[in-house]
Amino acid sequence: MQLLSSLLFAQLPSLIANLTSPTAASTVTATAPAMATHTFTLPPLPYEYNALEPHISEQIMKLHHDKHHQAYVTNLNAATASQSEAFKNNDVKAEIALQSAIKFHGGGHINHSLFWPSLCPSSSPCSSPSSAPSFVAAIESQYGSLDTFKDAYNKLLMGIQGSGWGWIVKRNGRIEMEVTKDQDPITTGEVVLGVDMWEHAYYLQYWNDKAAYIKGVWEVINWETAEKRWGGKKVGDVRV
Amino acid sequence: MSFVARIARPTVAAARGVNTAAALRSKHTLPALAYDYGELEPSIAGQIMEIHHTKHHQTYVNSLNEAEEKFAAAQHANDVKAQIALQPALKFHGGGHLNHTLFWENLAPKKLGGGEPPSGELAAAINEQWGSFDGFKKTFNGYLAGIQGSGWSWLVKDTETNKLQIISLPNQDPVVGKYKPIIGVDAWEHAYYLQYQNRKVEYFQAIWEVINWKTGEKRFKA
Ligand SMILES: [Fe+2]
Ligand SMILES: [Fe+2]
Repeated sequence: MQLLSSLLFAQLPSLIANLTSPTAASTVTATAPAMATHTFTLPPLPYEYNALEPHISEQIMKLHHDKHHQAYVTNLNAATASQSEAFKNNDVKAEIALQSAIKFHGGGHINHSLFWPSLCPSSSPCSSPSSAPSFVAAIESQYGSLDTFKDAYNKLLMGIQGSGWGWIVKRNGRIEMEVTKDQDPITTGEVVLGVDMWEHAYYLQYWNDKAAYIKGVWEVINWETAEKRWGGKKVGDVRV
Repeated sequence: MSFVARIARPTVAAARGVNTAAALRSKHTLPALAYDYGELEPSIAGQIMEIHHTKHHQTYVNSLNEAEEKFAAAQHANDVKAQIALQPALKFHGGGHLNHTLFWENLAPKKLGGGEPPSGELAAAINEQWGSFDGFKKTFNGYLAGIQGSGWSWLVKDTETNKLQIISLPNQDPVVGKYKPIIGVDAWEHAYYLQYQNRKVEYFQAIWEVINWKTGEKRFKA
């Protein structure tokens, strides 16, 4: 049972990646019996709800973690339960009908799990780029300076039309910036940092002022996490 | 007077090298609401209405004007690549302007008829399609709740079949083509978050108290 659960756990990101590829999807179907029972749970925040004040308010953090992220977890569990039922019954139509819910809520769970440890209190050393010597070295060699890198990321985040995320991803040893819409997760490469650009992430504090939110986020970026992920360690990864 | 006229008219744009036809095109402006910000309470808080109208909608208007100005310059320069590159901005900000303009018009305070169910041909068409007004609202709320991310749900008329239909569109994609918008509901988080936070289902229920079906009837007949 334990083994089966961890099998499924390991499969969520690839399951989502496979949703766009019919060939790979049949592989997932073949492993269906392993999918029966895992229940995803809400990971606790790695700091207090008010730890990111004044840049991200306690009220936002409470709602965002306890309500929004929890809802993704709850809905993902419901969808995977229905899917294992569909697998059991060889009901391919039902399996396909559930894909969008699994992608959306599974993505929501993956993304928020990566987001929380991407942040840390501005009073702590983790919020200083000096906590990420090798990642900052890579930034400087690729972008010339930390400021140029930040400008490029700001532009990416500001350009998101609608709900979505802006990501820093390590691929083939290089830094890449990428937007995913809604709750689409990153399924190739390794996420180093991610910023939630859904309105629920900032609206109670910043209203329509996205630029001010992004400025606040820079104050609470967790460079220790970035350094670990850049070095190949998993932090906040749903597979761990 | 003539000074003001000169600022607003072609001279300025022509000086920037934009062709005359494009420069004569008037800029989009933020439409005034037919009611006060606080008058849709308690369904929609006055603060939401004010920020939604003066900040969000205004930004769509400003960005649309900017994009159109760049587009006119690209046309003048015969730069097809630049014209194509501007399409997403035109769609997003143009859609934002169109959608919000339609939205304000299909809302009304109770004292101006907000929430009064449709009558006449529109009511008959709704009943024919969904059995009852309640059945329609229930289906519509299902569309709203099903939006994954930002977007709108619309009651539309299919001009090919003359039938009513409910559709959801992502982000600021506007209702175009064979569909004619009858009633639209903004399901972006900014439309409800200050009042309802994550409880969007409560917003979707409350919105029906301030829907202006007189506007819907006019659009249905037009
Ligand atoms: Fe979020
Ligand atoms: Fe809106």
